Amino acid sequence: MTILDIVSWISILGGALLGVAGGIGIHRFPDFYSRLHAVGITDTLCAALFLFGLGLQAGLSLASFKLFLIFVFLFFTSPTASHALANAARHGGLKPRLDGRKGEASR
Amino acid sequence: MKHIISLAAFLYILWFGLSGHSEPLLLSLGIASVVFTVYIAHRMDVIDHESHPIHHLTSLVRFWSYLMVQVIKSNIDVIGRILRPGRSISPQMVDFPMPQRSDLGRVIYANSITLTPGTVSVHLGKDTITVHSLSKQGADDLGRGEMASRVPDDIEDISHVDRDQ
Repeated sequence: MTILDIVSWISILGGALLGVAGGIGIHRFPDFYSRLHAVGITDTLCAALFLFGLGLQAGLSLASFKLFLIFVFLFFTSPTASHALANAARHGGLKPRLDGRKGEASR
Repeated sequence: MKHIISLAAFLYILWFGLSGHSEPLLLSLGIASVVFTVYIAHRMDVIDHESHPIHHLTSLVRFWSYLMVQVIKSNIDVIGRILRPGRSISPQMVDFPMPQRSDLGRVIYANSITLTPGTVSVHLGKDTITVHSLSKQGADDLGRGEMASRVPDDIEDISHVDRDQ
């Protein structure tokens, strides 16, 4: 077991744990908008750790270049998708559950 | 012209990275497909400073490294809020000013806000951006405008100038 293997396994296991944490968040948070934030974890650090760990397994090769491309496309498209969801919910009149002053910023 | 050259170079690196072939015949077929793709993109008039912001290359790289640090920080924060027992969140819906002048800068800013867990951009107005934040602290951090000031932006909105021509 080399150092690279160890680092790669730590990354992959860490990514898996973050995926679980994101799943717990989706269940725990009270409304649609706050659940989007839990999804944000699986979209970013969880996916990045997985791809980094797999890239270490692949070494410097075409496979890791493709993993890097997946990372790049994910980081460009996942916020756009989240924004589209949130924007559609707002247009559809879904009111967020806000802290404190109720209904002030919701419209 | 420099946008066309950089697009062609980028496409060829992408082609080589995805195919991995190095025989002369396949390499020249790759060149042919790159030339054809660039020709179509040129005819569609989509090669410009906006789709291909090479003039922002260094500031984009600097911004992305800053963004990566922010993403990791806010990930840790949100994971803490998920796992902490009891009510750990204080959702906010806040309007922030959007100082970016160009469309590209606005897109980068809105996407960066969404990419960092804990804040999601919900709506883009004329000069404001509506953000849903998981916590008051996250909204306050964004309100300080550090990220907004780091987003690469054109001082004048070049895209509007182009549209008028």
